[in-house]
Order: sequence, then structure tokens, then C-alpha cells
Amino acid sequence: MKHFLDITRETCPMTFVKVKLTLSRMEKGEELEVILNEGEPLQNVPRSCEEQGYTVISVEPCGEGRHRVWIRK
Amino acid sequence: MKTDTTHEKLSIVCFSGDYDKLLAAFTMATGAAATNRQVTMFFTFWGLNALKRIHGRRALGRTPMARLFNWLMGGLRNLPLSRLNFAGLSPRLMERMMRRNNVATLQELIQAARELGVRLVACEMAMHILELERGDLVEGVEDIVGVATFLNESRDAHIIFI
Repeated sequence: MKHFLDITRETCPMTFVKVKLTLSRMEKGEELEVILNEGEPLQNVPRSCEEQGYTVISVEPCGEGRHRVWIRK
Repeated sequence: MKTDTTHEKLSIVCFSGDYDKLLAAFTMATGAAATNRQVTMFFTFWGLNALKRIHGRRALGRTPMARLFNWLMGGLRNLPLSRLNFAGLSPRLMERMMRRNNVATLQELIQAARELGVRLVACEMAMHILELERGDLVEGVEDIVGVATFLNESRDAHIIFI
């Protein structure tokens, strides 16, 4: 099952909080697509996910300073 | 640079009952918990007002003095700003500005902290002075502890006093 989260309108710390809570509710092996802004969220959300043992499959720009990040739990 | 945060611990002593200072405390706590750190928040004195089950004013306690203090301090809805409080008007204005800018309010951060598993504990001594009981606090409060327990749990933790 694929999950989707847009955190482009969120600010610190809810950017991390929403990603963490969404991942915690997912089953192992499921994937999460996150749309986030460049800067702090782009620098830290993928890194934080990797630190927690999740797999960051890809990070790609999707226009207007936004990026799409795929994470597998 | 990759850092392992799994075993990092953050302990926050929440002494202040000011809206803005508690906002800073819960921002640090949720940010740390969301990035895989173990977080404990120890609420003492004025900070306990954020944990009262009833968000408005209530004369809690047994003796007239404790009841007066608890009524004057109030709960989550009565927290003042540390500066420019304007008799309680500013926190409401600040919340409106925060919502307009998509910044989480204190209530939202407290909810997030509970969902993230931040350990919320209340100071035994302050509870005793203010004659508060466990039932006067929100359900998310895990324990009522003394300073020795808090310090033992916070061994190897960064401790912040707010």
C-alpha cells in the first residue's frame, strides 16, 4: 500500500512530526511519498528517516522548489 | 554527515508557565522525538499549568491558599505570554498569527508530543505544594516523580531548563 503526505505548508517541527507519525502507522515494506520544500525539510527529513532505519528510495525535484521523496518502511 | 540519534536523550525541565516558553519546550521536544531521540519533559511549579486536565480556571486543592493559587494560575487556556501579555489578550492574537502562518499551536504540539511517545512527568514536590492530585492532570502524564528519579532517568541526556 502506498501512502502520501504533503508537508509543503507545514513548518518546523511539524514537518518531521507528520512524517514520523505517518511512518509509525504504516506496515513494514509499505511506501510513503512525501512532497516537501527545499531547505530545512529537504536537508533533514530524508536523513532523519535513514537514521531511523527506513529506506529513502529516491529524492527528485518536482518544480517550484519542491521535492518528492519516496521512503520505504 | 550521518549521525546516529537512536540513543540520544533529551530531558526538558518545564518550570515556566508562560505560553511562549512552553511553546519552545514542546517544539524542542517534538522535534527531538520526531528525529528519533528519547525525550522526557519534567513539569514543575508554573509548568504544571500546561498539564491540568481542566484548561480553564478551577480552585483545585484542599486549603484556601492552594485553591486560590490554582484558580489564579488557571490552566492551558490561561497561560500568559512572558512579554507583552496585555492581560491575556496577546496569547490569543499570537495563536491567530500562528494559525495564519501554519505554525503548530501549543495544543497541537502537546498532542503531537503525546503521539510521539514523549514521556511527560510531573514534579512530586510541586504537586504537593499546590495540592494537585494525579486526577487533576491530563491522562498523558506517565508518572509523578522526584528530582532523584528524574536525574537518574536523565543520565547521559542533554538537560534543558525552560
